[in-house]
Amino acid sequence: MSLFEAIGAGLIDRLAYVGGLTTQWVRAVAVLPRVLPFVGTRGRWQSAIRQMYAIGVGALPMVAVVASCAGCILAIQSATILNQFGAIQLVINIVVIAFTKELGPLLTATVVSGRSGSAFSAEIGTMVVTEEIDALRTMAIDPVELVLAPKFIAAMIVVPCLTIVGSCFGILAGAGFMYLKAHMSLNIYCRYTLEAIRLHDVFTGLLKSVVFSAIIVHVGCLEGFKVAGGPEAVGRSATSAVVKSTLLVVFADLLITAALYLIGDN
Amino acid sequence: MEDPIISIRDLTVSYGGRRVLNGVSLDIQRGEVLALLGGSGSGKSTMLRHIIGLAKPDSGTIHIQGININECSTHELMAIRRDMGVAFQGSALFSSMSVEENIRLPLRELTSLSEPVIEIMTFIKLASVGLAEAGSLMPQELSGGMKKRAAVARATALDPEILIFDEPSAGLDPIVAAELDELILFLKRAFQMTVVVVTHEMASAFRIADRLAMLHNGCLIAVESSKSFSESTDPRIRQFLDRKPQRITESESVQRRLRELVSMTGVTR
Repeated sequence: MSLFEAIGAGLIDRLAYVGGLTTQWVRAVAVLPRVLPFVGTRGRWQSAIRQMYAIGVGALPMVAVVASCAGCILAIQSATILNQFGAIQLVINIVVIAFTKELGPLLTATVVSGRSGSAFSAEIGTMVVTEEIDALRTMAIDPVELVLAPKFIAAMIVVPCLTIVGSCFGILAGAGFMYLKAHMSLNIYCRYTLEAIRLHDVFTGLLKSVVFSAIIVHVGCLEGFKVAGGPEAVGRSATSAVVKSTLLVVFADLLITAALYLIGDN
Repeated sequence: MEDPIISIRDLTVSYGGRRVLNGVSLDIQRGEVLALLGGSGSGKSTMLRHIIGLAKPDSGTIHIQGININECSTHELMAIRRDMGVAFQGSALFSSMSVEENIRLPLRELTSLSEPVIEIMTFIKLASVGLAEAGSLMPQELSGGMKKRAAVARATALDPEILIFDEPSAGLDPIVAAELDELILFLKRAFQMTVVVVTHEMASAFRIADRLAMLHNGCLIAVESSKSFSESTDPRIRQFLDRKPQRITESESVQRRLRELVSMTGVTR
């Protein structure tokens, strides 16, 4: 195979993957109303609530720890420079803007991808191997509606909530650092924080977290549905789900940030 | 004669350049029990996957209740599948649900029955397969035979017209396998279901089947009643019936591959 053929084949594979993701997303969006309470299919909303618990409550401690560490690191690194210019209070602005617009959604997505993306893939992959997905199809039950849609809606609700919690922990870690470094009280820190927070930045962060949650769910589930073979293939699909969803989250972050920059968002 | 409930014409299927089914044609009549026989790799499971619409053939048609399942709309395919129950070889019970939840699932998803009615129907289905007391157990807590029976209960939850079994006796002891045979006969008698059983257990096939169809290397070589099948003089059927082992190392394909390897490496006597 020549170099051009190899590049072409790789490109076609990736385009086919994105096509598969898009098709799955369209099918999932079409059945989302059936997951909603009161108007949806029996038991589907309860399934979504169980997923919210699994995705959200399970990830909460890790999101808190990761965001706190990142908040502390960011405050220390920025203080080192800003202290030289006598502008240490700007650390608060840096931490607040970084977490509301960027680090909050990105760190939360990375944690959820590692925990839940791989779990979705392993769960569905095992269902494929044990013919449970085939059994659903033969029962005229759409696996996308029964298995994927509750996860999709749960992630879209829970991941933005986790993002807010993660951002709060990151910003509070900055408060801890500022207390130790500049003896700034929590009251004053909170006042500066409220001044630095812009609703627009919060919405940007939440928009990103919704997009990231969709990527994590769809990549995880697609990797699961694609499993062919035995238990080894399930393990590979779980790894692949984490790698691909993390990569796509970063790409999506870049695209959204670039798009907002180009339309004059500041 | 009444139109067949399942009509397969010239079904041809290949995987990776290897032909698995080669122009298979078969009619299955309403209310009959047909045993689909054949050795490992003969194409039985492939044919089953095509009958239940889980795969598309290279060519040929499959009509179920007069509808071509490879050309019909999704809506029509769903309607056909609702009239079809499948008990998979590995049972395929949902491991995250209890046995009764497994049976409730199609009733909840595909009917508008109220919860109390679903409860009653679930109990009846479990009782009909002898698992009335096992409803609250999880699939991993069941024995092999109980799993198969639970799978039958789920497959019959919507009272389908066609019931398909993939290797129902595989991995079961003779007593449990015989119980499962009786269950299949009971379902046929009680509900007039059309039953297709993929198996290579001859005793089971002769016990339950009205007709036996045999696949050999992807071709259908016989569709006969139990009596004429057992009296067949076809050497391929006789080998299967008389359990004559095939000398694998003497097979033509093995010999051919060996010759190729020898010619490639240049080894001489």
